[in-house]
Amino acid sequence: MLRIGNAHGFWGDRLEAAAEMLSLEPELDFITLDFLAEVSMSILATQRERVPQAGYARDVVEVVKSLVPYWKAGGKCRLITNAGGLDPASCARACQRALAEAGCRHLKIAVVTGDDVLELLRADAQSGAPSSLSRNLDTGEPIGAIIDRITTANAYLGGEAIAEALAQGAEIVITGRVADPSLAVGPCLHHFGWRATDWDRLAGATVAGHLIECGTQVTGGISTDWLEVPEVDRIGFPIVEVAEDGSCVVTKPGGTGGGVTEQTVKEQLVYEIGDPNCYLSPDVTVSFLDLQVEPLGLDRVRVSGAKGCVRPETYKVSATFRDGYWAQGHLTICGRDAVAKAQRCGELLLKRLQDAGCTFRDSIVECLGSGTFGPHASESSSRLTESVLRVAVASESKGSVERFARELMPFVTAGPPGTTGYSQGRPRVHEAFAYFPCLIARSAIRPRVELLDMETLP
Amino acid sequence: MNAPARSIQLGEIAYARSGDKGTNANVGVIARTPSDYELLRQYLTADKVAEYFLPLSVVAVQRYELPNLGAFNFVLKGVLADRLRNDAQGKALGQAILEMQIEVV
Repeated sequence: MLRIGNAHGFWGDRLEAAAEMLSLEPELDFITLDFLAEVSMSILATQRERVPQAGYARDVVEVVKSLVPYWKAGGKCRLITNAGGLDPASCARACQRALAEAGCRHLKIAVVTGDDVLELLRADAQSGAPSSLSRNLDTGEPIGAIIDRITTANAYLGGEAIAEALAQGAEIVITGRVADPSLAVGPCLHHFGWRATDWDRLAGATVAGHLIECGTQVTGGISTDWLEVPEVDRIGFPIVEVAEDGSCVVTKPGGTGGGVTEQTVKEQLVYEIGDPNCYLSPDVTVSFLDLQVEPLGLDRVRVSGAKGCVRPETYKVSATFRDGYWAQGHLTICGRDAVAKAQRCGELLLKRLQDAGCTFRDSIVECLGSGTFGPHASESSSRLTESVLRVAVASESKGSVERFARELMPFVTAGPPGTTGYSQGRPRVHEAFAYFPCLIARSAIRPRVELLDMETLP
Repeated sequence: MNAPARSIQLGEIAYARSGDKGTNANVGVIARTPSDYELLRQYLTADKVAEYFLPLSVVAVQRYELPNLGAFNFVLKGVLADRLRNDAQGKALGQAILEMQIEVV
C-alpha cells in the first residue's frame, strides 16, 4: 500500500499545508503539490518577461524550506510537484539553494522536462503542411492563425518520467506540465513496478490522483452542503492509500477539520470530467462507469473498480497566446431599485466610452446579487436594495481599456445615489491571454529526467 | 386517474459540482438517494438542462449517465465562450442548476 498526500491544489493555495500534513503524518510516502491551471503558464510567461529565470511558481521554494526540519529529523516522505512551470531547471536550482542554505544537503532533486513544445508547434505552423493534430480542439482553428501571438505551448506528460526520476533515487521531483493525476500515477508506477500496460491499475491510480489533485475540494471544500462541513478553518488536505490493484482509500490526517464522505468523494469524481467512459490521460484511458464508492468509517472512503484501456497515441497540448487587453471594475449600488440603477450605470459607462471613440471586442455589465450567476435573475431582484455592479471590457486597443479604467470612478459622484465600495480605486489593465488546446503525436516528444548534484552547488 | 404533478427543487434531491473545460463547462449532478436517481433519469434530460441554461448562450448539452454513482454528468458546450463573465470558469453552474424546479408526476 502506498500513501500519497496532496498539500497544494492550485497556485495560491496554503503554503503551510505540506509541513502541517507531515507533522501529522510523518510516515507518508509521497506528497504532491499541484501549481498549474490551464492559464498558469501564461502568467509565468509574463513573470519571466519581467524577471528572467522566474518562469516557475516561486511559492514552492517556501514550501520546500518549510519541510527542512522534517527532512533534517530523518523524514523520508518524497515530494513531487509541477511547480517547475516553464522552467523546471531554475525551479530545481532555487530549491537546491534553499535546502543548502538551510543545511539540508542530502536530498536528491530531479528535473523532468520535455513538455515544452513551443518550437515544435512553430515549426509545424511554418511547414507547408501543418498537422491536423495542431488544430484547436474546440474550434478547429489552425495553429497558424495564432502562431505569431503564441506565448507558451506545453504537452501534458504522464507519470512514467516521474517514476524514472524516483527510480534514480530522487527525493524531490520538479516537473513542468504534467497531467494533474499523473503526479500520483508516477509514484505508483515506481512503487508497485506496474507495467505501462497494466491499464486497470493505472486507471485506479489515475482516479486516485484525480481525487486529490485539487487539495481540499475532496475534504469538504466547495461541497454542496458546505455549511454542515465541520471545522473548515482547520480543513485537512487529502491522502489516498493506493493498493497494489489500483483501488484506493481517500482519507485525511487525523485531527484536521473538514470531512471525507461518500458525498465529497462523488463530488470530486465528477469535477471537470467529460465522457465518464473515456477520461483521457497520458497514462491510460479511464472508464468511471464501474467505480464503486464505499464509506468505510470516519473520514475513510474506498474507491474501486476503475477500468482502463490503452492510452491515446497523442499528448494533449495546452497553448496560450496574447489576445489584447482587459479590465474589470466594481461599484456597489445601495437603495431602492438598486439593480435597475446598477444596470443603467453600467450601460451609461459603456456609452460614454463609445462616444469617446473606444473600441471593445467584448464588454459585459453584470449586477451581482441579482441571480445572474445562474441562467435566471431571481424573481425578487427588483426588490433588492443592494447590488454590485461589475463591468468588464476586452480590446485589442490598450488605450481603450485604459480609458475604461479611468471612466468608472467618475460615477462615484455622477452615478446613482448610494454608490459605494470604490476603495480599491481604478481598475487595473491586464494583458489578456487566450487558451488554445490541441494535440501532438507521442512520438514527437521525449520526456527527460536529470538529477541535480548537490556537490556542484555554486 | 393521473397523479397530480408536483414541483421539486433539484437541490432537495441532489448535490452538484461544476467546472470548466475550455469554452465548455461540465455540471455533475449526484442524486441523494437511489429513488432520486430514477427521478433525475426521467426528468433531468439534456433538453431540460439546455433550456435552463439557454440565457447563458449554451450551444448544446450532452448528458452522460453514471448509475454506479447515482450521478449524471452534463457537458454544456460553448457556455463559457464569454470569457469576461464573473463566473468565467463555470464554478457557479453546479449551484445554479440546483435552483431548477422540476415537475414530476
